Amino acid sequence: MHDLVLLNTVYKLYTMGEVNVTALNGISLTIKKGEFVAVMGASGSGKSTLMNILGCLDSPSSGKYYLEGIEASQLSKNELADIRSKKIGFVFQSFNLLSRTTVLENIEVPLIYSRRLSKTDTDRVTQTMRILGLESLQKHYTNQLSGGQQQRVAIARAIVNNPTLLLADEPTGNLDSVTSMEVMNVFSNLNNKMGITIVLVTHENEIAKFAQRVIVLKDGNLLSDTISQSAMSDVSKMPCESIL
Amino acid sequence: MLPILKIAIRAIMRNKLRSFLTILGIVIGVGAVITMVSIGHGAKVMVDKQLESLGTNVLIIIPISTAHSAVRGTTGTITLTAEDALAIKKECGAVSHVSPGIRTSIQAVYGNMNWTTFVSGVGPDYQIVRNWQLASGRFFNEQDINIMAKVCILGQTVAINLFGTSDPIGMWIRVNNVPFKVVGVLSKKGESPTGQDQDDMILMPYTTVQRKIMGVTYVGVTLASSVSAEARFEAIEQITALLRQRHRLKPNEENDFSVISQVEFASTIAETSRTMTILLGSIASVSLIVGGIGIMNIMLVSTTERTKEIGIRMAIGAREKDILFQFLTEAIVLSSIGGVVGVVFGIVLSILISYFGSWPSLLSTPSIIIAFFFSNIIGIFFGYYPARKASRLNPIDALRYE
Repeated sequence: MHDLVLLNTVYKLYTMGEVNVTALNGISLTIKKGEFVAVMGASGSGKSTLMNILGCLDSPSSGKYYLEGIEASQLSKNELADIRSKKIGFVFQSFNLLSRTTVLENIEVPLIYSRRLSKTDTDRVTQTMRILGLESLQKHYTNQLSGGQQQRVAIARAIVNNPTLLLADEPTGNLDSVTSMEVMNVFSNLNNKMGITIVLVTHENEIAKFAQRVIVLKDGNLLSDTISQSAMSDVSKMPCESIL
Repeated sequence: MLPILKIAIRAIMRNKLRSFLTILGIVIGVGAVITMVSIGHGAKVMVDKQLESLGTNVLIIIPISTAHSAVRGTTGTITLTAEDALAIKKECGAVSHVSPGIRTSIQAVYGNMNWTTFVSGVGPDYQIVRNWQLASGRFFNEQDINIMAKVCILGQTVAINLFGTSDPIGMWIRVNNVPFKVVGVLSKKGESPTGQDQDDMILMPYTTVQRKIMGVTYVGVTLASSVSAEARFEAIEQITALLRQRHRLKPNEENDFSVISQVEFASTIAETSRTMTILLGSIASVSLIVGGIGIMNIMLVSTTERTKEIGIRMAIGAREKDILFQFLTEAIVLSSIGGVVGVVFGIVLSILISYFGSWPSLLSTPSIIIAFFFSNIIGIFFGYYPARKASRLNPIDALRYE
């Protein structure tokens, strides 16, 4: 099988004032289609930088990044935007929804930017809302929703374009433990049932347990990369609706 | 509706008061441009119309030098005679018609009606020189001049004030207790460029005015017409030379008369009104530009405020162009709304000014269209910089912005 993500000795250097910071220190990594990867590490370990590069928001200082065989590290700003709109889904810690905008409109935004506005595409919005149990909330403004609901809207927005890679940067960081479990079950299901590849950053071991593979970063280096066998197999067998 | 337009309208509606104030600048700018252009256009049309009615080849011969008119006017003798006028017609090749003129204030009486006005003594050429049609009756002929006929022709204002709606032709009016027969009525001419009612006067043969009313032998302001509009300068030279010779002026003596062209006189007024239009239009344009700066200011604030939103949009796939067009559309929607409201405002204001200010204003469709499109161009021009600034943001920094 084709590697979905291939990082080859990726470096990322920042200059902050007069100090040079090495955020990624030659990371090489492959992620296969359908994997659920958790990225862990202390703050400043390079997790966010890695996510930004994987999400085509940033380019590596050196080294190569291939996404589905395309060398993303060589692309222009507009080509990166194109990849983001068609292949990447983002879920953030602080939800990052458009405020004073309805749930439905938030989920539609990626369709506008990927120029997919046909009937099948708008049907997919409805379908996505159903998967995430947001149908009854579609006319609500996002600032009226609870944290868990907002994060589900953000997930819906991230997957509405059928991304090949779903990136989540501490998606449970702003949620209580019960809601966190709910949201993690959503991710688990998206991975199991729909085969969406997920890379998820977290601090918490509880959350990392949902992933099949855990990568630990330290000071921009890959500290460990372990395949976990205990990956919540019991939850994944449950039907989608019952979790939500 | 286009999604981009929907986003722009929502962003505008989010800050209603702010958007309203921003739009107000454009409304005032566009409204002012339309109003000022309408007023200027109206004034120009009015002056043009009057210029046309004056005749482009009319020359005015004034029997006092303009150089020292105050001195001579009080002490000097008036030297222009009817013979001078006839000589001009006979000897100046560039002059086709001459009408000696003499004017005095009188009171005209018909029945129990009376009207204080001017009587103008003129020659048979007067009608041609002034290009003035009769509403009814006939004009004076050579015989009327020769026999000092007691006939008169009424201006519209006089005819209406003395006779109302009845026909004055053939009736007798009394001027200084002398009866005069009305042989014609002039057509309406309206106001002169200086604002006088040209229809408020009575015409008589100049010989009649000289002998029967004033008892003098000289003539006053005499009108002549050159053979063509182009020949008017040549005509002025010929008249000047002839009159100097007839008045036996030595080379070092100044003219005891002046010859001016009516066109130059009227075009001075036209020029003044044109200058005023340009001035008013420029002031109005400045307010439109100030309105544009207002849009730019608000768009800059708006893009800064919405840095996070821009970051989110970029993270979920917005290209630079998408962000650029989003904010540009917002600026254009703002300025277009301002343009539409401004057009309405300008039209209403022009109508009000011409109605209450007795100043002619003429709405011109091109000025409305130009003002509207100009407001859009202002929107694009002043919206481009903030929009480009927004589109150039780095998505990571924008996302982190709080």
